[in-house]
Amino acid sequence: MDALMLDGNAVAGLLQEVFAVEMTTAIETCNACGVTNEVGALHVFRGAGIVMRCPHCDNALVTIAEGGARMWIGFAGVRTLQVTV
Amino acid sequence: MEGTAVLGRLSWQVAEVIDVVEETPRVKTIRFEIPSWAGHRAGQHVDVRLTAEDGYQAQRSYSIASPPDGTRVELTVERLEDGEVSPYLTDELRPGDQIELRGPVGGYFVWEPPQGGPLLLVAGGSGVAPLMAMIRLRAAVGSDADTRLLFSSRSWEDVIYRDELERLEGGGLRVVHTLTRSPPADWTGYARRVDAEILAEVGPGPTERPRVYVCGPTLFVEAVAQALVQLGHEPHMVKTERFGPTGG
Repeated sequence: MDALMLDGNAVAGLLQEVFAVEMTTAIETCNACGVTNEVGALHVFRGAGIVMRCPHCDNALVTIAEGGARMWIGFAGVRTLQVTV
Repeated sequence: MEGTAVLGRLSWQVAEVIDVVEETPRVKTIRFEIPSWAGHRAGQHVDVRLTAEDGYQAQRSYSIASPPDGTRVELTVERLEDGEVSPYLTDELRPGDQIELRGPVGGYFVWEPPQGGPLLLVAGGSGVAPLMAMIRLRAAVGSDADTRLLFSSRSWEDVIYRDELERLEGGGLRVVHTLTRSPPADWTGYARRVDAEILAEVGPGPTERPRVYVCGPTLFVEAVAQALVQLGHEPHMVKTERFGPTGG
């Protein structure tokens, strides 16, 4: 068990900064196992960057790297993202 | 889908310290006035940013402990010995000081009165803060929703909001403490870490389909969430907020 693990909630501010919409209630579908979860329920790990993992199968869904005034966001593990607009 | 879209990029706002209250030897509540505050919901948090003279910035998230109340916001902060941000907030801030914060943030770990109960709130140490916002809001709107707070603290002296929780109890709110390190000699309550047996005794059980909110250090939340699922609670009814490695 990783004592440093956080929830999607922990990056709510960062995601809202990028997407300009509350993202923890957005629903993502994992492209590895097909399970859907609210972004707030995802497992979040902070290191040199941020990795968000599927709580069901541990697949790396989203990676975020920050550098100065830019941010690199990868959605390699997400099949769909359902956002309330 | 319970979430409501909150459009608009977040911007940093200036918050002025109104008051600092000592809750326990290691925990303080800081009351802020934020002129540009657009209101919040119980369970949301803010990001606090401190900037040093050389431009170095440190940022942390803190749950809002107060119910929606105009432009007033209260944060309850535990002082971490090797912390970068918390010692400044608990030791240095005085009324009139200003800091930068942004929020409210998050919509996942939120309770609104129309959602009703039953509610099972499980707190480890200062993880009680967002749950206290829910309990205070519940009291403010006169809700009688069946609400149980299971609150794990190290000792009786470490119980945050102890007197207020005692006052609020009744009318559908039940507060159960467990003291994990040094319970008083005459303590008759739980004196161990939260486990499936305690959760089953405190209830409500899975058949009543309570909304469950768990907040505290990561290992605490992990243990509680696993015990809840083991008892038969559906994972999607259990919302968690882990705040990292700090011991509860």
